[in-house]
Amino acid sequence: MTRIIAWGVFLLGCLYFLLPLVGMTEFSLRMRRGEYSFDAYRVVFGDPRFWDTFSYSLILSGATILVGVFLVVPTAYWVRLKLPQARPFVEFVTLLPLVIPAIVIVFGYIRLYNTSSFLPLTGSALGTDILLTMGYTTLALPYMYRSVDTGLRTIDVATLTEAAQSLGAGWITILGRIILPNVMIAVLSGAFLTLAIVMGEFTMAALLNRPAFGPYMQLIGANRAYEPPALAVIAFALTWGCMGLMQLVARLAKHERAKA
Amino acid sequence: MSFLTLTHLEKSFGTNRVVKDFNLSVEKGEFISLLGPSGCGKTTVLRMIAGFEAPTSGSIIIDGQEVTGLRANARNIGMMFQAYALFPNLTVAENVAFGLKVKGVAKAEREARVAEMLALIGLPELGGRFPFQLSGGQQQRVALARALAPKPRVLLLDEPLSALDAKVRVSLRNQIREIQQDLGITTIFVTHDQEEAMSISDRIVVMNAGIADQVGTPFEIYNRPTTRFVANFVGTLNTFEVTVEDPAAGKVRLGGSIMTLPAALNAGTGSAQSIALRPEALRLGREPGYETVISGRIEDVHFMGSIIRLRANVAGETVVLDTFNRADQPPPVPGTGIEISLSGKDAILLQG
Repeated sequence: MTRIIAWGVFLLGCLYFLLPLVGMTEFSLRMRRGEYSFDAYRVVFGDPRFWDTFSYSLILSGATILVGVFLVVPTAYWVRLKLPQARPFVEFVTLLPLVIPAIVIVFGYIRLYNTSSFLPLTGSALGTDILLTMGYTTLALPYMYRSVDTGLRTIDVATLTEAAQSLGAGWITILGRIILPNVMIAVLSGAFLTLAIVMGEFTMAALLNRPAFGPYMQLIGANRAYEPPALAVIAFALTWGCMGLMQLVARLAKHERAKA
Repeated sequence: MSFLTLTHLEKSFGTNRVVKDFNLSVEKGEFISLLGPSGCGKTTVLRMIAGFEAPTSGSIIIDGQEVTGLRANARNIGMMFQAYALFPNLTVAENVAFGLKVKGVAKAEREARVAEMLALIGLPELGGRFPFQLSGGQQQRVALARALAPKPRVLLLDEPLSALDAKVRVSLRNQIREIQQDLGITTIFVTHDQEEAMSISDRIVVMNAGIADQVGTPFEIYNRPTTRFVANFVGTLNTFEVTVEDPAAGKVRLGGSIMTLPAALNAGTGSAQSIALRPEALRLGREPGYETVISGRIEDVHFMGSIIRLRANVAGETVVLDTFNRADQPPPVPGTGIEISLSGKDAILLQG
């Protein structure tokens, strides 16, 4: 009896998640009257703005992931190793982007880094891109920090560090050859979340007036009928592709099997 | 001059003084054990030698070089940890090669050294495996090979056998000692297991509350403990309260009989003192040449193979004595009345 109830709840959950997806996909295929077609997808892929904004956001998400990894891995490592008493404070700081709206952050940026400020980052496209990357890094911070911190929890950071030190390794070697490879799956999961956030982010990109994918999706969504669900399906495919890649990397990394 | 010298080493964490005025000189190739109960400061001393803790005061000199202010990665010290601490993302061979790679040793030389080290620990065929594919004993042997590969000046062992099962512990302990003697590497071994320390060490430092209570060979530590703590911590002891009769002659009174201790006493006539006797120094029954005989009743009999440990109640106190097992002489059963012979020459005067 319990098994039947469990299966029932599982099926209900599946329906709850899958029905909207099926409906959306079905709708995205109805552009041609009376028959299913990939016209909406053809229109989306044929639009040069799709590729421009998509590649722009992809590049910025790559930059955001890099900045995030360089910022978060050493910080989380150092907090675990040397400053465990600072952990609640650092966790609080990393959670702030969840409670401070992106619009507040971006207005703060514009006030601080406008063309008449001491660091006029908004004065050039590159400067604004840097600013946007920093903004994205802030938005992704709660996810990246938690992922990496969870990864660090699975290894004995202090002893591994001391073992490497006794063998003559410096901090960069320890981080690069011991700590990072051992939390790579956690870093990848943080990177994947960062990618998902950056690809869909609207507020910062729109207010900093950069050609990102989020504002493009909003523009299409406001003016077209069949292309927005096609875009959403593409975004889902991208997300699942990333998850598949993560699984693949986890399978290929032999030493990770020990944790499984 | 000693190879490793620790002078007036102190370590405090806040107001808590963990290591107090610790002094030790270690000769090249010597195997020293730091033995003591949990929290006595033995691991802190080891970590200060390794460079993981900065001493509050004092100095550490290795091979004539002052290393007190030197970073851990610049000391050229090998270390084995209780938790193995093998790098999970590297294979056995890569783990062993890690220190050599950091040092910038050429690939061919590195590979030769790794092969040499793996042969030394008896695992030449496991170079391609990951740590999680090895047993605890194998992992700890790889950790030993990794620590020895860069030819460290000193090898530090932080309770490396504690996480292993009894059989593996004994075999690895013997292997560590053999390798240490073959290579002639100066080694400091931290343990709370007295049997381990006794069997493996050239000298033992018994630590108590941050202080080195006694430094000596296992024989000295066991047979001539200089403090009450060392006497009680190492091995099993029976303690007896005695009255000093003739301090210059080392004569004391236990009950109705006079015993002569091995040395003169630095105490006044009539003063109360404590003496201790090891279980193997007591004899079951009346033994010629033994000055004192006490009577008691057997409480427990523990058959340990070659030795039988008897626990007897003597005037309300428990006395432990060991006898050799003899196939033709079964041990007394609990409840049996017995006599136990004691000799003053075996007694240890407890001080401190």
